[in-house]
Amino acid sequence: MQPVIEMRGVTKRFVDVIANDKVDLKLFPKEIVGLLGENGAGKTTLMNVLFGYYNLDGGKLLINGGEVTFGSPKDAINHGIAMIHQHFTLVQTQSVLENVMIGMEGSFFLNKKKAREKLLGIEKDFGLNLDPDAIVWTLSIGEQQKLEILKSLYRGAKTLIMDEPTAVLAPTETIELFETLRILVASGHSIIFISHHLQEVMDICDRVIVLRSGKRVAERKVSETSIPELASLMVGRELLERLERGEAKTGNAVLEARNLKVRNNRGIVAVDNLSFTLREGEVLGVAGVSGNGQTALSEMLFGQVKPEDGEIHISGKNIPGGSPSAIIKEGMARIPEDRIKTGLFMDLSVKENMILESHVNEPISKKGLINMKEIRSFAEKCINNFSVKTDGMDAPVKSLSGGNLQKVILARELVGKPKVVVACQPTRGLDVGAMEYVHQAMLDQKTDGAGVLLISDDLDEIFLLSDRIIVMYEGKIIGEVSTNEADRDKIGLWMSGVTS
Amino acid sequence: MMSEIFSVAFITGIIAATLRMSTPIILATLGEIITERSGVLNLGIEGTMLFGAAIGFLTTLSTGSLWLGVLAAALAGIALSLIMAILSVYLGLSQHVSGLGITIFASGLAMFIYRLVVGSPTVPPIIDPFSPIAIPLLSRIPILGGSFFTQYSLTYITWLLIPAVSIFLFKTRAGLRVRTIGQNPFAADTVGVNVNLTRTLCLAAGGAFFGVAGAFLTLAHQNMFLIDVIGGRGWIAIAMTIFGNWNPVMGAVGGLIFGFLDALQLRLQTLGVDLPFHIFLMIPYLITIFALISVSRKASVPAGLLKPYRREDKGG
Ligand SMILES: Nc1ncnc2c1ncn2[C@@H]1O[C@H](COP(=O)(O)OP(=O)(O)OP(=O)(O)O)[C@@H](O)[C@H]1O
Ligand SMILES: [Mg+2]
Repeated sequence: MQPVIEMRGVTKRFVDVIANDKVDLKLFPKEIVGLLGENGAGKTTLMNVLFGYYNLDGGKLLINGGEVTFGSPKDAINHGIAMIHQHFTLVQTQSVLENVMIGMEGSFFLNKKKAREKLLGIEKDFGLNLDPDAIVWTLSIGEQQKLEILKSLYRGAKTLIMDEPTAVLAPTETIELFETLRILVASGHSIIFISHHLQEVMDICDRVIVLRSGKRVAERKVSETSIPELASLMVGRELLERLERGEAKTGNAVLEARNLKVRNNRGIVAVDNLSFTLREGEVLGVAGVSGNGQTALSEMLFGQVKPEDGEIHISGKNIPGGSPSAIIKEGMARIPEDRIKTGLFMDLSVKENMILESHVNEPISKKGLINMKEIRSFAEKCINNFSVKTDGMDAPVKSLSGGNLQKVILARELVGKPKVVVACQPTRGLDVGAMEYVHQAMLDQKTDGAGVLLISDDLDEIFLLSDRIIVMYEGKIIGEVSTNEADRDKIGLWMSGVTS
Repeated sequence: MMSEIFSVAFITGIIAATLRMSTPIILATLGEIITERSGVLNLGIEGTMLFGAAIGFLTTLSTGSLWLGVLAAALAGIALSLIMAILSVYLGLSQHVSGLGITIFASGLAMFIYRLVVGSPTVPPIIDPFSPIAIPLLSRIPILGGSFFTQYSLTYITWLLIPAVSIFLFKTRAGLRVRTIGQNPFAADTVGVNVNLTRTLCLAAGGAFFGVAGAFLTLAHQNMFLIDVIGGRGWIAIAMTIFGNWNPVMGAVGGLIFGFLDALQLRLQTLGVDLPFHIFLMIPYLITIFALISVSRKASVPAGLLKPYRREDKGG
């Protein structure tokens, strides 16, 4: 059979790295191919080449057997290829319809009536229901992703590239997405699917291609492989056995939330009368479908947002709300949900990002002057202790892979022996190896006597690390249980708001 | 004095003057809105207006044609904006630095060219400026007709441009592209819109507006070129862009308010109130500052403003 897409020996170089090294890839009609690899293996780069966003430095691209060269995404779109990026490419202030219409050919004046009819038709065909007049920022993440898919279909895409589409989705949204993908395939589309969740790949894909350090190292039919095999193919070694959670040796309360309440920027109550106590030497997992107030909770705990009501106590001391510096001073390590937007300054160097919180203190700064030598030795220590892979401490952090970005944050936050660690979705978008590293780091903190609050919508992660689990639903705690007595089904029900 | 302020003649005089004084502000604001909607802040506006004022004046002075002057001013504005495009769009330099650089450069250049052409005579040369055109019938409407419909042709054109720019931005395909680029250039690029070319075209259009706005001051409002003829109107247009929340109609309203205050302060000066005239000159600017403080907190800045766009392809 003729492949719809064939990449032959594709090579893509950046100044100092070969991101793709003679990669071959074939995609057949009505097929879903999984693209696997560690952070920085070159998956996104390869797809950006296929999408015409990057020029290729070697190799060939064939569409339906004919060779093509793409100068820009427009050429790829004209050949029926669309890419849905990890970070959505939507205009937040415009309507669904306007987002769909951007860049389309047509008359001088916008013909919204015709566009709306076409959009509604597509929505009906593929079971993707969205109000054409809704403004994008009012949509949930899952809906925004639907819009991205609609945008591609509106342009007549036959091949969809999806870069980690499930990383931001709640489990129920993932199930919906998979239904959509099955409908798409049934109607003759082909899909390239990138994910770090091996189970998802096993569920939805027909075939898997594994990249390691830019090279294609393996290809498997899903029916002829297993999760452990895929994991070791990606990492190039056997992964450690399951982590040991160990018993909790709990001590005094280190972090207490008392009746916290806050509204989100749309004026809706996001966290409502929420209280919990975190003790030394334990991991407290906060489970819940994303969008139930976890982000607002972490923003309050981090001092980014002032609670409307309630108090935060660290080691028994009442901390003024909305003051990050007070919180840092009390020894809280903060691992934010969005590494790129709130965790790091992408244009600053690795060493500068590492001293973000400590640069006001001795020995790094004295009498208002910073000491370069101290910074270098501090950064050196961080890089070594956390084995951050980088070209050096002076490299801008934006040149690091996802996993290493997270390590920079971990190093900055954990090196000073914190009393409390609040980690928000700490492994989102990380590969299996990096994920294991982060998990181990969390458990080490607990062993060292810190209290760890783990906010995650990944239930596996919650079960793996937590000693105690609380479930958030619509801004409130709907249930609490010790992990040893926890029952997955019950927690699943709590997450969907069902008690009793 | 009160009776004078409320006389019909005073009020119709103020209305006519408001429309006149607001013309260059509105024109420049429309230009800046188009540019900023595409994600580029053009601080070259003040210098570009002065350059347009000089080139327009000199062209009319040597050809005798007012409309040739207007055309030359537009072209002069486009030329400067293309320099701005090279610096801030293609080379990706800071928009603030490039814009201020253009303003300083253009102001010097305007004066230089003016001196080169006219030398330094004791009495500055003058032209025969645009005269107001009374629109038949409409200008006969009792009381207010005369002040509204006896204006310069450039003022009428400006009034037509307000809905035109609105329609362009919100109802056309090209306008959607412009707005998208200003909000999320990456989104535009991934659907095949040429970001840098579109920004350049928007800068050029804005530049033409600035040039003509400047020329209005030397070809209609006055009949000679003076180095301080713009008097900060470019900066006011930047303020009105924010005041109007990047919306042409609201920006024009801002321009009108400023024009009104400007007209009012001139009248008050002539009424012989016993205060230094500098105080009157300050009024419109002061009120603008306060208006900005109250409005700009709610302003929705185009998300892509100030950010040069480049594909992250450093590859070889
Ligand atoms: N614009 C760029 N300039 C320089 N180097 C880059 C650029 N984009 C990616 N790289 C490098 O190329 C390599 C491959 O990166 P890529 O983003 O394709 O990885 P990935 O497999 O998608 O990783 P992840 O799972 O974290 O998304 C990495 O070493 C990365 O640092
Ligand atoms: Mg990637």
